[in-house]
Amino acid sequence: MSYEFDFAFLDEYGPELLRGVWLTLGMTAASVLPGFLLGTLCAVGRLYGPPWVRRVAIVYVEAIRNTPLVIQVFWLFFGLAVLQVRIGAFPAAVLALVINVGAYTAEIMRAGFESIPKGQVEAASCLALTRSQVIWGVQLPQAVERVYPALVSQFVLMMLATSIMSQISAEELTGVAYQIQAFTFRGFEVYLVIAGIYVALAAALRLVLLGCATVAFPRRRRLGTPL
Amino acid sequence: MPDVTWLGLTWDQLLFIFRGAGWTLVLSLLGFLGGTLVGLPLALARAKRKGGAGSWLLRHGAGAYVALVQGVPLPVIMFVVYFGVSIGGFEVPALAAAGLAMTLWSGAYLGEIWRGCIQAVPRTQWEAAECLALSPLQRFVHVILPQALRIAVPPTVGFLVQIVKNTSYSVVIGFFDLTYSAKVINNATYKPFQVFTIAALIYFAICYPMSVMSRRFEARMRRA
Repeated sequence: MSYEFDFAFLDEYGPELLRGVWLTLGMTAASVLPGFLLGTLCAVGRLYGPPWVRRVAIVYVEAIRNTPLVIQVFWLFFGLAVLQVRIGAFPAAVLALVINVGAYTAEIMRAGFESIPKGQVEAASCLALTRSQVIWGVQLPQAVERVYPALVSQFVLMMLATSIMSQISAEELTGVAYQIQAFTFRGFEVYLVIAGIYVALAAALRLVLLGCATVAFPRRRRLGTPL
Repeated sequence: MPDVTWLGLTWDQLLFIFRGAGWTLVLSLLGFLGGTLVGLPLALARAKRKGGAGSWLLRHGAGAYVALVQGVPLPVIMFVVYFGVSIGGFEVPALAAAGLAMTLWSGAYLGEIWRGCIQAVPRTQWEAAECLALSPLQRFVHVILPQALRIAVPPTVGFLVQIVKNTSYSVVIGFFDLTYSAKVINNATYKPFQVFTIAALIYFAICYPMSVMSRRFEARMRRA
């Protein structure tokens, strides 16, 4: 086997790659907070809501968690097109990611809420806090702190999952790679470089999110327990 | 005029989608079997606590592999494998490339899951087995492994769901699976809601029972 590696495309297509990286990061950044909010609302609804809210939350979570993201994206993107709703590939991708990651976040947050000792809730109600004050003011911060590492992993996975969005012509990193290999016929090299970029992005995202935690949860840091 | 039957799709079109579903199952099976072949040695290499320089190298090599694979999206792994095997001058069918990519990917995750299961067996079990003068291999096979296997069932079944779902990424290299067949039918009929709902229902029918099973196993173990 005598294959000569050729990474010359890096000079010519560097700016394209950079644009792909930005789009991938933009998609991720736009989806993290709405996804987290949706998941948290779902977890609270499932644990403390009226029966119909619980049922809706369960159906949503199970439907999303047991079907592939690609199908959800296709359903949404092509479905919206049929309904004559034109929102563009990027918003459609973000919407699909939010709906998808919301279901996973809901399960993580539910575990977080369930892990909080009953004494906390009882103590809070002894202080005459209302039900919603207890949920949002006492339970939520502790739940987030507990499941934070799981949340970070989930959002890193979501960043990696944006790589499928070129299927609906949102030209993120993987989409850019596909174009480059179509021009240069250097598919193997292009995707090796892309893989390296994703590894770096995943590590960077993890670092940034964990960095946020040391600021947001100073108690942990003082105790010196591993995050 | 073709015989319109269900949700505006003909029997032929429905059959086409189901044929894709069959290949999704084949690829899932390949991914799991291959993943087991890769994941088991990885788990063993990573679970080892002490040893010489060789075992240090093995442990960190396996760790680097897992970290690398977990940092790369599966579609990109699919592409790397797809273009990688073709530069060797081999003309391989998409199934082989997709199967190899699934193997590399699921191997890393399964290895990580099973490492956790092996390490979840209390250390005292190793020590007790050593007191009974069992050899290291006997210790592992007769004492640790049976216990680790029990712990491993719920997360492994849970990961099967991930495997089935993630075979859908093979659509990027044009492997004919459920997602691909649904896409083709959608392009032909332009009925995305019907087509992708059917595809989603098939995925759900495969995945949901496994999700439930995984949760049941876990609950049973927590009681035990």
